[in-house]
Order: sequence, then C-alpha cells, then structure tokens
Amino acid sequence: MLLELLPQLFNGLTTTVALTLGAGLLGLTLSVIAGAGRIARNPWLVRASRTYVELFRGTSALIQLYWAYFVLPLFGVRLDAMTVGICVLGLNAGAYGAEVVRGAILAVPRGQWEAAQVLGLGWRFTLIHVVVPQALPRALPPLNNVMIELLKNTSLVSLITLADLTFEAQALRAATLRTVEIFGALLVFYLVMALGITAVFRRLERAAQQRLATTVVRA
Amino acid sequence: MIDYEYALRCLPELGRGLLITILATVAGMTFALLYGLVWTALGMSRFAWIRGVGRGGVELIRSTPLLVQLYLWFYVMPKLGVRLPPLVTGILGLGLHYSAYLAEVYRAGIGAVATGQWEAAQVLGMSKARTFVSVILPQAIPPMVPAIGNYLVAMFKDTPVLSAITVVELMQRAKLIGADEFRYLEPFTLVGIMFLLLSVIATTGIQRLESHT
Repeated sequence: MLLELLPQLFNGLTTTVALTLGAGLLGLTLSVIAGAGRIARNPWLVRASRTYVELFRGTSALIQLYWAYFVLPLFGVRLDAMTVGICVLGLNAGAYGAEVVRGAILAVPRGQWEAAQVLGLGWRFTLIHVVVPQALPRALPPLNNVMIELLKNTSLVSLITLADLTFEAQALRAATLRTVEIFGALLVFYLVMALGITAVFRRLERAAQQRLATTVVRA
Repeated sequence: MIDYEYALRCLPELGRGLLITILATVAGMTFALLYGLVWTALGMSRFAWIRGVGRGGVELIRSTPLLVQLYLWFYVMPKLGVRLPPLVTGILGLGLHYSAYLAEVYRAGIGAVATGQWEAAQVLGMSKARTFVSVILPQAIPPMVPAIGNYLVAMFKDTPVLSAITVVELMQRAKLIGADEFRYLEPFTLVGIMFLLLSVIATTGIQRLESHT
C-alpha cells in the first residue's frame, strides 16, 4: 500500500536534501564570517554582523521566505523558489550559527591569545592555529542543532510552491486521502535525515577532538 | 516606493492578526509548560520502557518539522472524530512541539540541583513528593526562567506556520491584504517589523532577567 506512494515522496525528498545541503553550506559559511565579524576589531564589521544576526533571528523563517518571494520582485529581483529557499534558509541558519561561532571563540581562555602574542605569533595565525582548534569541538554540537533546525525549516518552502518532501506529501494526501500513512512516512523521513545529520556531526566532533589532542602532544 | 498611506490603512487589520498571534503564543506556551511536565515525569519513571517512550517521543517531535506535525493534527484528528477549530488545533500542535523542548529544560534544571539536597531532605524525614515540591523545585525553577523565555520567543516567531492550517494570524492577515490590493511590500514589511520589535524587546527583557540571577 505504502509502496505505491513512495516514488512521489522520493521526488520531494531529493529537493529537500538538495535544499538542506545548499542552505547548510551557505549557512555554515555565513556563521563563520558573521561570527568572526562580531568579535572583529573593526567596529563597522561588528555593527554589520550584529545587524545581520538580529534581523534574521528577530523575524521568522516563513516571513523571510514570503518577503523574498513576494516583495523582492517588486524591486526587480525575481528569483525562482529554489534560489529563494536556499538563500533565505541559509541566511537564517547563518544568523543562529554566527552566535554559536562567536560563543565558541570567546570561550577559549584569553590566556591563549596572550601566550600566542608573547610567542610572537600574528593575530590571524593565532586565530587559525591556536584558537579555532580549541573552539571547534565546542562549536560542533550546537551547530548540529542549527542544522537540524534548518532541515525542519526546509518544510516551509512548500508554502512558497516549491515541491519538497512536505509539498509532495500534501499533494498525495489530497489525491489519496491516506493521511495517516503519508504523514507517518513523512515523520520517519525527517527523523532519519535528522539522525543522519547528527551522525555526521558526531564524527566531525570526534575528529576535531582527536586533532586537538594530537596537536597538543606535538607542541 | 513605500506607500505610507496604504501602510497606515493596513495597520488596524494587522492589529487584529497580531491579537490572534499573541493569543496563540500565550495559550500554546501554557500548554507546552504543562505538557513538558508529562515528558519529564515519563523520563523519571522507574520503568526503563516508560523512560524509553518518553525519550523517543521527545526525539521524534524535536527532529520533525512543526509544519508536518500541524498538518498531521489538522487532517488526522477529524478522521478520529475530533473536530476542533483550526486555531485550537494550532495551539495544541504548537504547544506539543515546544513541550519537547521544555522537557529538556526541566530535565536539566532538576538535574542541576545537588543530590545532597535529596539526601538531606531524606535525613530530615521528608517524603519524596514533599522533597520534590518544597525543596527541589524552588531551587530548580529560577535558573530555568531564561531558557523558558527564549522558547517563548521562538514559539512566537513560529506562529506564522499556523497559517498553513488556515489560521488567520498576523502573517496570513498580511497575505490576504496584499492579495486584495496586489501590493505585498507594505503589509509584509510591517509584519516583519512587528515581529522584529516584539522579539527584540522580549529578548532584551530575558537578558536583563539573566544578568539579574
């Protein structure tokens, strides 16, 4: 019974996965840029990063999607739903990720910066080779949460007509009225994807911890 | 570009939408605060399988989209013979979703109270229930308040999702106005500003509360 429903759901699944990967990469990049921007020495960088973070965390993902999809065309910016989805969800995740990155960098004791300075290491070198390796294991678990929130937010693109997993499930429900099976399968799909994201981040976290341990021994 | 006269005309209608949004947030949070206790109680059970059910439920709710959960309640409940207005379904769905997050807050808050407190109460001859209510909870609740506040703001920002199950809250109201006049710029921008203002005010309040404790 459920088997006949699966092919159409799989169509939507590819869109959801592509959206999650695309927006996820954009979001992680923006997290690092804006997170570093918030602790930069240039006050304009700090202001720009803070405005970005406040703007995207202060309004909700669905409003941002609607605004980009319905209002931006009035300014001559006409994007297809997939581009809107990737950009908006990526920007949204980046705002939450930036706070994680900022927190993780600030959690590294000040003494580490000072010691590096005494050793004559430059600011950038210290950041990349001393601070980031220590901040990374701390940042990864909350970034995992940001990515799972992103995965869940991808379902909202169905409301701007993009045929993702949730959209296909809704269409199937309307056609077959087999609500319980379809939405049950839908929950399982999202759960499995979330568990997959968590598995990847667990592995990254272990790798980051191992790298940190061996670096310390070598030094 | 922005037609201020039109924007001004939108405001009373949007105000009505905002009332529904706030109602959904307050009622949803009340339900979430209460139902979160159920998850916490399941997690503290003596039986491993009950704890497993509690953990599995929380995990499933937290890993799946609110929108899908809302659809599920909206379309499945009538099949079971339960007919509720969309707003009520939305409040229950929203509350259930956030109850899973609050359960984690409760668990962490209760876990943070030193075990010596339990032991001391036992030595004083207090019953377990009495200890929980008059010794553990008073110490566990204050540190939880900022985390609960953050989820309140998060829930407020999630209310536009209720529009998918035909609730005419703030954002759906803006969409209807925009569709009427075929001008989305003013209503959607106003809605964005309203959400931004309210959540920034709330977040500042929570931060002040946090630095207070």
